[in-house]
Amino acid sequence: MSVLLQYLVTGVSRGFLFALLATGFVVIYRVTKVVNFAQGAFVVLGGFIAYSLLGAGVPQGLSEVLAVLASAAIGLLFGVVTLLGRMSTIASLITTIGLALLSEAIAMLVWGTTPLTYSGLSGHDLRFGGIFVQPQYLLLIGVSFVVLASLWLLLDRTYVGKAMTACASNPYAARLTGINVKAMGLLSFAIGGALGGVGGVLIMPLFPITYDSDVNLAILGFAAAIVGSLTSPTLALAGGLIFGIAEELVAGYWSQANETAVALGLMILLLLWQSQRRQQAAKLI
Amino acid sequence: MNGTGAATAPILSVDGLVVRYGAAIALEDVSLEVGRGEMVALIGANGAGKTTLLNTLSGILTPSAGTIRCAGRLAHVPEGRELFFDLCVDDNLRLGAWKASSRDPARIYELFPKLRDLSRRKAGYLSGGEQQMVAIGRALMAGPDVLAIDELSQGLAPIVVQEIGRYLVRLNAETGLSVLLVEQNARLALELCARAYVLETGRVATHGPSALLRDEPAVRSAYLGGHVTT
Ligand SMILES: Nc1ncnc2c1ncn2[C@@H]1O[C@H](COP(=O)(O)OP(=O)(O)OP(=O)(O)O)[C@@H](O)[C@H]1O
Ligand SMILES: [Mg+2]
Repeated sequence: MSVLLQYLVTGVSRGFLFALLATGFVVIYRVTKVVNFAQGAFVVLGGFIAYSLLGAGVPQGLSEVLAVLASAAIGLLFGVVTLLGRMSTIASLITTIGLALLSEAIAMLVWGTTPLTYSGLSGHDLRFGGIFVQPQYLLLIGVSFVVLASLWLLLDRTYVGKAMTACASNPYAARLTGINVKAMGLLSFAIGGALGGVGGVLIMPLFPITYDSDVNLAILGFAAAIVGSLTSPTLALAGGLIFGIAEELVAGYWSQANETAVALGLMILLLLWQSQRRQQAAKLI
Repeated sequence: MNGTGAATAPILSVDGLVVRYGAAIALEDVSLEVGRGEMVALIGANGAGKTTLLNTLSGILTPSAGTIRCAGRLAHVPEGRELFFDLCVDDNLRLGAWKASSRDPARIYELFPKLRDLSRRKAGYLSGGEQQMVAIGRALMAGPDVLAIDELSQGLAPIVVQEIGRYLVRLNAETGLSVLLVEQNARLALELCARAYVLETGRVATHGPSALLRDEPAVRSAYLGGHVTT
């Protein structure tokens, strides 16, 4: 029982990480219709930058905030490259994959190939239903929750959020109403970068990260985003939690080697189920 | 130069406008004026360059020559309505005010009471006529001095067109809003507007008071179904 609880806590934490990634996919897609496969790179670079700042003696909290800002800047830069000119959706998708590979190469050159980690929130482990939980888990869950909730509010409840949605819904009409479509696209990339950075600095004390962790992270984040059809931040959060928990249960009760495969199998099942539902809805109309 | 034309300076004046798509010339030396409080029609066959002109007026396209002077704010109701389908009617209207000071769509609901009941519905699920009302409402939310409308009647039942046409005339009379109306239905356009321009393959073929244009043989045969006598 307590073993299961342990897996659940870990799974929920991983789930929030995936949800941060998924929401990055959602924000960028909702504004630009670009699927940004460099999303995982924000986690890796954000985490590594925090690691280096800590190593240079910068206080923990400040290092993490600076790393998130740096990730936002990297996101902005990726946005500039991806939205440069007027690429087709498929061309910009390939561009983001290129950017992911490029940042992997840079991460390897700068930080090497060994997994990196640093200690997170200090303090005693908290006793909770018969298990001990590191405070860092609670920090990850709490901060992610607040970040995701604010982002949902921004996208679904504010005027700027509506304008961001309008950019993807009809870029031509958005321009006619005077919305700066390109600036909104860049803003969405910066937000995507910051979300990845938040994930990176929070997860690194719990799960060491290597330069090439981004691919796996991007795939699982994408899978979670797909649950919300790449447009719903709330469903993306649900998706993140499903994949996080599923991954931990598979790793715990079966084998770690299978965790990603099972998560991806789950994604395919979800996709099939969704398209089935959509077809049925179409029949009703 | 113009018939019922404005005694005061025009709100919109276009002079010698040239617009190209790559090597192809879409507009060649187009000049026109819209007076304050005037309703002006722009008619012309498919591909004449009407949409190109409006897109240039609203800054989507850059002219390679000529000048556009607008002594106020111009709002554009695009061809095909181009609503934000993923957003509700209310949000569509509010976003029209992105550059304006007031985001309150109350005046639009007064103008189109039908839209009030539909305010929470996604714009993608509206009928064509309702969509056109939202498109006009969204443009009006910008608080324009000139409203440029591309293909008011496209895909709409005649009765709906008449209804929306009446709204426009009322708006023009009550608020002094100037209108540049692009229309395939020349009969309707000449009825609603006092003055008109005829665009033919990127050039202004003729222009003048609607009452006179209606009787021009070339206009009658090309746009009004020449043999019909009314
Ligand atoms: N994006 C574009 N690229 C190249 N040529 C274009 C483009 N848009 C329009 N054209 C061409 O420019 C000319 C004018 O087109 P425009 O859309 O302005 O005509 P229109 O008068 O609005 O026609 P319609 O009544 O069919 O809407 C046409 O020959 C058209 O093929
Ligand atoms: Mg047109």
